[in-house]
Amino acid sequence: MAVPKSFSFDTLSLHAGQQPDPLHGARATPIYQTTSFVFKDADHAAALFNMERAGHVYSRISNPTCAVLEERIAALEGGIGAIATASGQAALHLAIATLMGAGSHIVASRSLYGGSHNLLHYTLPRFGIETTFVDPRDIAAFRAAIRPNTRLVFGETLGNPGLDVLDVPRVAAVAHEAGLPLLVDATFTTPYLMQPFALGADLVYHSATKFLGGHGIAIGGVLVDSGKFDWEAAGKFALLSEPYDGFHGMVFDEESTVAAFLLRARREGLRDFGACMSPTNAFQILQGIETLPLRMQRHVENTRKIVAFLGTHAAVETVVYPELPDHPDHELAKSLLPKGCGAVFTFAVKGGRAAGRRFIDTLRIFSHLANVGDAKSLVIHPASTTHYRMDEAALNAAGITAGTIRLSIGLEDPADLIEDLARALYASQKA
Amino acid sequence: MKIDVHGRSTYIYTASHAIDPALPAVVFIHGGEQDHSTWALQSRYFAYHGRNVLVPDLPGHGRSTGPALGSVVQLADWIAGMLDATGIDKTGVAGHSMGSLIALEFTARQPSRVTQLALLGTAAPMPVAAPLLDAAHVNDHAALDMINVWSHSSRAQFGGNTAPGMWMPGTNMRLMERQARDVLYTDFKACNDYAGGADAAMRVKCPVLIIAGSRDQMTPPRAMQELGQRMPHAQCILLDGAGHALMAEQPDAVLDALIRFL
Repeated sequence: MAVPKSFSFDTLSLHAGQQPDPLHGARATPIYQTTSFVFKDADHAAALFNMERAGHVYSRISNPTCAVLEERIAALEGGIGAIATASGQAALHLAIATLMGAGSHIVASRSLYGGSHNLLHYTLPRFGIETTFVDPRDIAAFRAAIRPNTRLVFGETLGNPGLDVLDVPRVAAVAHEAGLPLLVDATFTTPYLMQPFALGADLVYHSATKFLGGHGIAIGGVLVDSGKFDWEAAGKFALLSEPYDGFHGMVFDEESTVAAFLLRARREGLRDFGACMSPTNAFQILQGIETLPLRMQRHVENTRKIVAFLGTHAAVETVVYPELPDHPDHELAKSLLPKGCGAVFTFAVKGGRAAGRRFIDTLRIFSHLANVGDAKSLVIHPASTTHYRMDEAALNAAGITAGTIRLSIGLEDPADLIEDLARALYASQKA
Repeated sequence: MKIDVHGRSTYIYTASHAIDPALPAVVFIHGGEQDHSTWALQSRYFAYHGRNVLVPDLPGHGRSTGPALGSVVQLADWIAGMLDATGIDKTGVAGHSMGSLIALEFTARQPSRVTQLALLGTAAPMPVAAPLLDAAHVNDHAALDMINVWSHSSRAQFGGNTAPGMWMPGTNMRLMERQARDVLYTDFKACNDYAGGADAAMRVKCPVLIIAGSRDQMTPPRAMQELGQRMPHAQCILLDGAGHALMAEQPDAVLDALIRFL
């Protein structure tokens, strides 16, 4: 007898989390643009508030349109559920705030998106949470940085912007040896290129603003739980395994064996911090996810062509992309990212900062802005924007220089993109 | 809470309530390769509506010390031991899948202790497909894949969970993966080997409710009807579109039926 098969990634991208609207038969996910939901009677209201029944009460806590997005991402990641948030940063904050309080500690890769670095390095210490940053390629450094009060290990699947490939299986093993969960930011890879749970990660979040949406019209984040981490056995997460006065003495990991983290994140995190996603944004991001497999294939194909073009251009000093043999993580990328290393990469123009400026100002198709993962091609100079708070040493530690330019390759005709780049490179070299 | 039953540590979900001997009780018994949390969207309601709720992790499952018990009769006796240990004399009993066989056998063996019997996703006999049993015997993950597909209606495999943001097939898979090695085979062999269902059903005199999913591939609705024919006083409810995992697929319909019955 053949083993019955569940639906594949492409099918789930279109269908997971949604049934045709039972009232009108709408095939597309309706936008439930409502703040709140009518109770059937007083007992129903009380039961919903007390989690005796499941359902929607108020759109800060949950909303049917957002719930479709949450289920869809969870399905694509191979997780148990998800929470849609106002942004990727809100998803990171929600994960941290659900796991720890003042006096806790995080071990993080030092190769992070500038916004994440800001939160961990500058803001969270004000709330009593410290972070030790380590070289993501130095597995022993993760282990050495763990303290008795560490509650989380954190990294990006592809570090921003140096494209360090996180060795998820080995970092997860280090975290698990210490009874800690591994959280990864998988924004650059999306579940199409890598499913971190299958490699050992416990929690994943995305800036859904990027490739998941793909259209550049909606800010949002999603936090996904694998359901694999045993919070009770770890013995370090009283927030999940001890009675919570803020919810009738509920013990989250007794209430749900596998979903304790998501329960607390929704019932406390969304309730109290309130960084929820709007239903309209959820709808817009869902439209993007429907074509995620097709888009990611094209993103990667275009990126490979442009990396090849830049790699042989006389005006280019270096190209940093894990599929290139000289990238330090080339072999690891072949193992962990067999479908491709995404569509964001960096390169350096000969002539330094001034040449870089001329290059950016000459581009016609590439848009100069602070985003990645759009269907349209984008360009930015990290040292003066996303990483502007970092000094030269910190930039180098993050794998970039003052002259580094970051490209996010879109879905345009690659020949047009190459022509645009060729013209801008020519202009960059004119003193 | 944790108590000792037959000398082994046993976890019982009570929705953070202490047992009040003055209140009526309901015991919820989970199915194979599951634990107490499979009843989350039914049990908590009763704990906040004047009942003692006891949802044990069966031996070797979830937080309860093993080994898993190898027969439905042993498990029925274990339920009696759990009630003795908690000081509860009479109770309503609800069981799902393997738990329904345990509930049925317990009711037949100790009829004076059971006030109502609810059987969900049930069949007696409950044969297990040979490829599934074989895969379970060698702890092959394919067994879990088979269960996850066969336990959910095709509708549920697309999602649309009543619990916001929860991906039902993923949640069920992870819960099964949490159980110790060999538990699945022990459970399913116990179901497969249980031959006392027909006789037990004939001996049940208390009110009986049977709930089946119209799309249940593990314990098809016709099996519910056959069992119901052995208990003419039983009420039978067919949940349109639900699969075997009916407490997750249609939690409110199941809860509403239990509220009316228990």
